[in-house]
Amino acid sequence: MNRALYARRRLTNGIFLFLSLSAAAVGMGWLGLILTTLVMKGAVGFSTTVFTEITKSPGSNGGLANAIGGSLIMTSIAVVVGTPIGILAGTYLAEYGRDKAHAFVVRFVNDILLSAPSILIGLFIYEILVRGRPYSGIAGAVALAVIVVPVVVRITENMLLLVPNTLREAAAALGTPRNFIIRTVTWRAARAGIVTGVLLAIARISGETAPLLFTALNNSGWVNGIEALRQPMASLPAVIYFYAGSAYDDWHQLAWEGALLITLAVLTLSVVARFFESRRY
Amino acid sequence: MVDATLTENLASTSRGAALRRFGRSDSRFRALTGAAALLVVIIFVGLIATLAYGAWPAIKAFGFGFLTSTAWNPVTEHFGAFPAIYGTLVTSAVAMLIALPIGIGIAIFLTELCPRSLKRPIGIAIELLAGIPSIVYGIWGLFIFAPFFQQTIEPWLIAVFGNLPILSTLFAGPPFGVGIFTAALILSIMILPFISAVTRDVFETVPPTLKEAAYAIGCTTWEVMWNVVLPYSRAGVVGGAMLALGRALGETMAVTFVIGNSHHINGSLLSPGTTISASIANEFTEALGDLYIPALIELGLVLFGITFIVLAVAQIMLYRLNVRAGGGSR
Repeated sequence: MNRALYARRRLTNGIFLFLSLSAAAVGMGWLGLILTTLVMKGAVGFSTTVFTEITKSPGSNGGLANAIGGSLIMTSIAVVVGTPIGILAGTYLAEYGRDKAHAFVVRFVNDILLSAPSILIGLFIYEILVRGRPYSGIAGAVALAVIVVPVVVRITENMLLLVPNTLREAAAALGTPRNFIIRTVTWRAARAGIVTGVLLAIARISGETAPLLFTALNNSGWVNGIEALRQPMASLPAVIYFYAGSAYDDWHQLAWEGALLITLAVLTLSVVARFFESRRY
Repeated sequence: MVDATLTENLASTSRGAALRRFGRSDSRFRALTGAAALLVVIIFVGLIATLAYGAWPAIKAFGFGFLTSTAWNPVTEHFGAFPAIYGTLVTSAVAMLIALPIGIGIAIFLTELCPRSLKRPIGIAIELLAGIPSIVYGIWGLFIFAPFFQQTIEPWLIAVFGNLPILSTLFAGPPFGVGIFTAALILSIMILPFISAVTRDVFETVPPTLKEAAYAIGCTTWEVMWNVVLPYSRAGVVGGAMLALGRALGETMAVTFVIGNSHHINGSLLSPGTTISASIANEFTEALGDLYIPALIELGLVLFGITFIVLAVAQIMLYRLNVRAGGGSR
């Protein structure tokens, strides 16, 4: 009787462990397959012209220089605009609004924005900055900034909450005003974590495509100077999108190379972010 | 830096004046952070308001019928959201059906089965994969998966299920390669690392003493997972799954290339369809006429409504988990 029960339990356990193991194998194998294909397709015929030539008509050996440049410009502006707002709002939630009802609303709204479909951010900025005007690089940058803010808010709050209260109390006991405590004690203690958050935000927006389609759109040329921000601007994800959907083999090849570049950039950023995270305290 | 400023302040003025100045700088700083927090709410409200404003002509023209109509005719300007809503819900549901068991399986593998030396590398790999931009999955689906699917798996599915009731409708041919099922498969691969990462985090909140106690009275690994870990972390797993669902519902780039972009509903999972985000991405920049763009924006508003409900439930589940895990008021 007992023997049968034990045998059955062992069998159930064995089946379950096998299923879990195969789930892991299937999942990891499939993801590995995608990455392998990406590297193989992207690395074939990869040359430096990708970085030196701008996008050209099919068959004339174009590169992705303007797309890379556009991505860098819009990402930089988005980070410069979005990060301070995110850090300040996160600070409010962690330092002033811990148990307040209105802070709960901000937190909730922020978490919704964090996971809201990014294509809706694109429509939002289209309505505000683009409708009736030409597509522009600045609209793309603002759309990306709107995505940066909730990411930075979330991580800033989490990191500040990890700072032990005894640190704040020790500073307060010396008579330090609250804003000095925040700026010189808690921000400093949470610095590595906040840097991680900003890096993750950069990783997130560098691959965003949907919000750029209705804001910055694309530009096959390169515009110099500040004027570039007032005109449509190419970006790596948008160029991949348009090239992959085209009918030309060399554009497909460039799309693969662009996808490989983005993936490498995102993975590098994530790894660097992990490095900062592990240095917390 | 603190000391220098403080000493300077105290030395140069009377104590009371210095304290007043500190008080002012405190309230200024507080107002600044509060304004940033308010801006987050303004962005949220602004998002809803602008979408509603942009969609207004379509809302006025089609009313509630927009949600149930299957028309999509840019020439006569008749638009209905039903095929797009149907495609969005079906692709996400199928994707969740596939990704949830596998994702939870990976999480169980990582928390209970994996050798200690592999735990960290695999865990990190999963988290890194969760960050890969969706357009990468999109072009992989377009160039590699869809052709492969069309030539091998779809004919097989059609042949195998062709004579069975219900399944023969779900898997009716011809094999297009692109379609609802292909999109769902790509989506499931995309949300897989996300589900695993969240579920693993949730499993790790289970106090080791609970698991050790169960093992100590002779439970098998399966019994510990089923009777201790899962009940304890249920809210978190559901919350994580809802977050993943929210992603799947709004995903654009992984879907757009492989969905087929057809506003016709066909019972077969293998037939081309469309989702809300795919319709917007494909048609927005080429939309002409007075109602086309408003109709697409109204689609966006519908998508926002759906994802808002899903994400709100997810957040509430996860907050409850945090409270129980001793996260204080958060």
